[in-house]
Amino acid sequence: MGQATTGRVWIWRRRTAVPGFGATFGVTVSLLSLVVLIPLAAVALRGAALSPDAFVRAAFSARALASYRLSVGAAAFAALINGVFGLATAWALVRYTFPGRALLNAFVDLPFALPTAVAGISLAVLYGPQGWLGAPLERLGLPVANTPAGVTVALTFIGLPFVVRTVEPVLRDLALELEEAAATLGASRLQTLLRVIAPALAPAWLTGFALAFARGLGEYGSVIFIAGNMPYRSEIAPLLITIELEQFDYASASAIALVMLAISFVMLAVINTGQSWMRRSAQG
Amino acid sequence: MSRASRPAEDPIWLRAGVLIAVALFMGVMIALPLATVFLTALAKGLEPVIAAIAAPDALAAVRLTLLTAAIAVPVNLVFGVCASWAVAKHDFAGKSLLVSLIDLPFSVSPVVAGLIYVLVFGLQGWLGPSLEAHDIHIIFAAPGIVLATIFVTFPFVARELIPLMEAQGTDAEEAAVSLGASGLATFFRVTAPNVRWGLVYGVLLCNARAMGEFGAVSVVSGRIRGVTTTLPLHVEILYNEYNFVGAFAVAGLLCLLALATLAAKAVLDLAWPEGRAHVG
Repeated sequence: MGQATTGRVWIWRRRTAVPGFGATFGVTVSLLSLVVLIPLAAVALRGAALSPDAFVRAAFSARALASYRLSVGAAAFAALINGVFGLATAWALVRYTFPGRALLNAFVDLPFALPTAVAGISLAVLYGPQGWLGAPLERLGLPVANTPAGVTVALTFIGLPFVVRTVEPVLRDLALELEEAAATLGASRLQTLLRVIAPALAPAWLTGFALAFARGLGEYGSVIFIAGNMPYRSEIAPLLITIELEQFDYASASAIALVMLAISFVMLAVINTGQSWMRRSAQG
Repeated sequence: MSRASRPAEDPIWLRAGVLIAVALFMGVMIALPLATVFLTALAKGLEPVIAAIAAPDALAAVRLTLLTAAIAVPVNLVFGVCASWAVAKHDFAGKSLLVSLIDLPFSVSPVVAGLIYVLVFGLQGWLGPSLEAHDIHIIFAAPGIVLATIFVTFPFVARELIPLMEAQGTDAEEAAVSLGASGLATFFRVTAPNVRWGLVYGVLLCNARAMGEFGAVSVVSGRIRGVTTTLPLHVEILYNEYNFVGAFAVAGLLCLLALATLAAKAVLDLAWPEGRAHVG
């Protein structure tokens, strides 16, 4: 307990016998500030240096508004697709035994491990006019490449692991006895699903949805090849930032970046509130 | 009641429906894109693939990619270990704020990650003019690429380690210290063995992302061929030149890296099943 008596007194820290707080905390905060916080402050300052008029012109031009709509809409739709199929995948991984289960489990993480540019060019060819999926879909009158649907496909790929990996551990910990108890008490399978399983999975599902949405909102590499990048139609917000940068218009790029940061923070705040509300109503 | 059909067991139609839906979804989203990479690369046989990978620009891209990962991964390893030690083994005010800030790079677009370094180090940036005066180049040069990569991979190791270290508590460390072990000895002899697989895990994912990052790196690179192009940027250049075989040959190389990462992860999962705390 030498540490407790001779160590420096940190009013705001509960003292423990474990040493090294000062050094590790110092390294953590310094690196965090140098690599993340100070550079991020640069965007805020550069955007704030614009007059309100100029900021609105840069951040809320018709072209920028169209790109936010596409980025938010496609990211939300892709996260929803992943919400459905991710839940099914997690369910299959936890509850069923079938040949290829280990392979499925490994390949769920492919979008985390595969470079986004590789996914991008591969999806662009696969869903392109001559691709295995693109050609038949185009004959059906459903072109994917160079449309908002292409953006959604790329964002679905990128967000695939999130819902699976957040729901899976919760589903695994959910006691089967609980469901059996519900059944012996006379609940139908549907009632058990809706009143026992769904409330338990909802917070994790929402976390997965939010992570997939946030990732999709900012995604760039996997999208730009398949999207065709037509202004007002299939141009995502991150691409607009790079276009402003290529014209050395740093202030406009910062303005658009600030709007995107605001959207993701509002989204995360909403999700956090939703989660604590669900936890409370699940307990009460 | 017969145990053959437990009440919590799904009826056969549901079981079949879920499995068919999952198989179709994974086939379309995972298997076909993967097959597309290798089959497009090999469309004209193995020779053009080898030629594309052995081209001087491609080899320069391999070198820059390896250099970037060789700097970004150790930096994040040191950061992750320090952050998780401070957060998981101590109690202090503002802890949850610190954890949120560590996760911040995950909710920032890679393009914005590149942008912020342009704003700091670019010619019109805060430090740009004085750096230029001393002939130091960060943007459109390797240092910018390394910095942007460190930013996007920042939370990987810390996120794996914090929940693991928290779950293990501080009893073992306190015992070691009261027996006279130094801080470093306590970490290496007591804590590290308990979290080593989580550490390997975080490093593995961090490395995959570091070698594959595209958006952030593309903003700060300037795409000077053979000088500031990493492998993913080289793929983009070849693709935009309609050199599909070349683009997919280099993409195939990155695919093999991803598959090796997944294989290593699968081995870890088998060796250490209760291991992973949560999503990267």
